[in-house]
Amino acid sequence: MAERTRSLIHLPETVLKGQPFEVRVTLGHPMENGLRPDGFGNVVPRSLVTRFECKLGEALVCSVDLHPAIAANPYLSFWVRADMPATLAFEWLGDNSFAHRETRSIRPT
Amino acid sequence: MLCLQTRPAGAVSGALSLQQMVDRWAGGQPVREGKVRLQIAELVENGNAVPITVRVDSPMSATDRVQEIIVFNEHNPQRDVLRASFGLSSGRAEISTRIRLATSQQLVALARLADGSQWSHRVEVIVTLAACIEG
Repeated sequence: MAERTRSLIHLPETVLKGQPFEVRVTLGHPMENGLRPDGFGNVVPRSLVTRFECKLGEALVCSVDLHPAIAANPYLSFWVRADMPATLAFEWLGDNSFAHRETRSIRPT
Repeated sequence: MLCLQTRPAGAVSGALSLQQMVDRWAGGQPVREGKVRLQIAELVENGNAVPITVRVDSPMSATDRVQEIIVFNEHNPQRDVLRASFGLSSGRAEISTRIRLATSQQLVALARLADGSQWSHRVEVIVTLAACIEG
């Protein structure tokens, strides 16, 4: 993508050991489904984010296959449980070699 | 503007009906009503971004856990909406997102648990402004 992809990752301010906490992520992406005509009647080429994955250290939190029915600027929320300080890694993959990665450190108390 | 455009359902990959998708996912094993819950507004004013939450009451322990949550739709160009797999660091069997709905239709959430049991919840949704009527 020509422009830098933006993402929002929302974590609680404090994380308690062993207590599930919610993570909310949004990616700036049009999720073009390849069916939509532009203003001139041409079909806008398909460009989708097809996969999201979140890992805590090496352990999988969740992986999600996203289909064209997911709205533009895909938003996901899910729950993580952590017992020790670790890195949360977020990865989005999609059409045309799209890839976006972020990491956040968490420190359960 | 955002659009699925009007074309016959099935034109893209929707060759299979909602029930056929459910049967294929179930792999010949029984699917029972219950445990999994699909939360969505029954009356949707704008089909371009409809919040949904799918939840299963589960301790998410090493042995008693949800492995997979699926959402299918009935009348979008494609039946698939999302497929989520949960690992050992998942705190709850719950996922939320925002989806597109082309028209009023039925949605089904499915969950597969570690013990092999399979559960479903079907919801009828009325959509007043579709994603998308015009280009």
